[in-house]
Amino acid sequence: MDKENPQVNERPGAQKATESINVASSQSNNSIIGATTLQRKQSHPSFASNSTKLWAVLIRSLFGNPLKIISTLVGLGICILLIPPFIEWGIVSAVFSADPVACQEARGIGACWGVIVEKYPLILWGRFPYAQQWRPQLSTALLLVLIVRSSLNRVTFTQLCAEWFCILGLIFVLMSGYLGPLEFLRNSVLTPLFGQPFTVVSTDLWGGLPLTLMLSFVCIVLASPLAVFLALGRQSQLPIFSVLSKTYIELLRGVPLISVLFMASYMFPLLLPSGYSPDVLIRVVLGISLFAAAYLAEIVRAGLQAIPKGQLEAADSLGLGYWQTQYLVVLPQALKIVIPGMMNSFIAIFKDTSLITIVSLYELTGSLSLALNGDALWRPFKLEGYLFITLIYFVFCFSMSRYSLWLEKRLNHS
Amino acid sequence: MFLKSLLRKQSFRAKLYQVLLLISLSLGLAYLFSNTMQNMHQRGIQGGFGFLFDPAGFDISESWIEFNSDESYAKAFLVGLINTIKVSLISIMTCTALGILLGLGRFQENPLIKLICYLYTEFFRNIPLLIQLLIWYVLMVEWLPDSQSPIQISFLNFNFFLSKDGFAFPWFNDLVTGYAFVSPEFIDSNITGGATLSPEFMALYIGLSIYTSAFIGELVRAGLLAINKGQIEAGLSLGMTQQQVTKLIVMPQALRVIIPPLTNQYLNLIKNSSLAVAIGYPDLVNISNTALNQTGHALECVFIIMAIYLVLSLLTSWLMNTYNNRVMLRG
Repeated sequence: MDKENPQVNERPGAQKATESINVASSQSNNSIIGATTLQRKQSHPSFASNSTKLWAVLIRSLFGNPLKIISTLVGLGICILLIPPFIEWGIVSAVFSADPVACQEARGIGACWGVIVEKYPLILWGRFPYAQQWRPQLSTALLLVLIVRSSLNRVTFTQLCAEWFCILGLIFVLMSGYLGPLEFLRNSVLTPLFGQPFTVVSTDLWGGLPLTLMLSFVCIVLASPLAVFLALGRQSQLPIFSVLSKTYIELLRGVPLISVLFMASYMFPLLLPSGYSPDVLIRVVLGISLFAAAYLAEIVRAGLQAIPKGQLEAADSLGLGYWQTQYLVVLPQALKIVIPGMMNSFIAIFKDTSLITIVSLYELTGSLSLALNGDALWRPFKLEGYLFITLIYFVFCFSMSRYSLWLEKRLNHS
Repeated sequence: MFLKSLLRKQSFRAKLYQVLLLISLSLGLAYLFSNTMQNMHQRGIQGGFGFLFDPAGFDISESWIEFNSDESYAKAFLVGLINTIKVSLISIMTCTALGILLGLGRFQENPLIKLICYLYTEFFRNIPLLIQLLIWYVLMVEWLPDSQSPIQISFLNFNFFLSKDGFAFPWFNDLVTGYAFVSPEFIDSNITGGATLSPEFMALYIGLSIYTSAFIGELVRAGLLAINKGQIEAGLSLGMTQQQVTKLIVMPQALRVIIPPLTNQYLNLIKNSSLAVAIGYPDLVNISNTALNQTGHALECVFIIMAIYLVLSLLTSWLMNTYNNRVMLRG
């Protein structure tokens, strides 16, 4: 019973303070349980007896009745079926060195993690020229530092935007080697500074982790404002705005992302004037952003709908115009409400970027196939490679979802 | 002067904005359209859906209706559509069952079950579906035994075989004596009788079901959490049994919370089945991709995919809405 009363368990301090009140006045169900919990705790003050109690609870919950015994056995069965073979395959019999002969021998019995030792530069950094790989590495590090920094929210919004703008510009220069008006610096300053020529690298050589991260990030940044406008349009009093936004949202939500990507890679060149066709990377970014905006718009709409009508009327009677009302009154509250939903969508966008390998761009998934398919020696060990990028995706997605939970809690407190 | 006062009027401004939006949108679309026409003319692409009646010239590895390469593109698209519907339907059923189990598992007192359900959900939710599909496919075609030595599971008189060639199971066969339910047999290192699901299908089916079930599990959990615990206690104290409480108090209310997001998950599953193209299962997207590469009718092929998926999505939401209306609060 005490487990199911989180209100009490989470705040032991507050509980002690209200102890006497709880015992004295048994007004609500919660306080009764709180009191009994406390009594139980007091009757087992020492650590040892507490731990025996824990064991008792554990054993009771595992083997308390026939149903529990059956479910425990099923659970144990699953564990025994999965864990020991995996440890045997992945650790005990595994080959950790980049030795294709040993890997070939262990094939089917043990994992060949050597494939990752051998191929990780290609998987992580794609086809970027080998000598220049410090550039994607530095870009990834910059991006990660910036993401962590902005997640912790120690800086103001304007400062954040300025930082993002500068760092993204820097990353673009680092990755592409495009200097624009500062071209004269290339040979005179940069080459001696880095000890090697700072070459221009075309976007089709970009790949791996930095591409995945940049793509997700840029798509999120482009899609979010569009989503806000779409959501406002959908909620608009003006019929043409609302019908058009609704059509757009429902249309894009009704089709798979792959079809949008096909459109981006095959149809965009047809739609634009002949001779002018943007880089495939830009087309894909546009495609994913347009697609994601439709999903985000529905989430933002939920937030807009949660704002009480009285606030709009109050803003109206204060003489605020439409945009002032939205910017000053509605959006700050609406966006705060939908943060968990937005984070879920961001995770979905991050996962969806893996699809661009289907239109031949070499982000993490694509660069793995690139690394292994071309090499007959290592091609049999695809599974290990997949597990490696699975781990990378999992770390990012899981930390995003944890962050979203943390943010939600913090916003609820303040 | 007149214009100024007119501009100040809110109703006029509203109309003005809308007209401006319409004009700019139509201009933009017209511009894109003229570009497309010009580009297609330059590249010598004939527009239109006439190509649908040309012979397709490619074979499809699995299909429920007879198909050979002399038949038209239109029929190839139909085969793809049927394959999409087939894998979606079966996956929807499986992922619902798995999802309910997962959702219920999170409420068990048994910590082991709770932990397993939690790990399952977090693990499969946080990995891109594409990679999961690729992993299942690798497991299917590289880790299973050859078709000469399949894994055999026998249950009563029925045989099931699992090998690199797919999954064989008892099914209705067209015999000389008419249709009969036949169990597959392993004779002379060949599996005969029954029906076989290709490894591509199996990988897609398992991947889709497991991925979506992780999301559905969370929905079920949220639906059950939405029910006030007091109601369950009240039901029990009225002398209802646990089953009655579940049937009369928990389920009607939980379903109300679960059904709308569940519809979204089903729609996602149908759309996600398009990832079949990555592992070579001949679904709609895969076939139109082949058709696109063969004929160059990019516009038409992408249009067909989008139109069919839109219809499928609308159909699914309509079905689920009908069901939702039945479980919704009346009055």
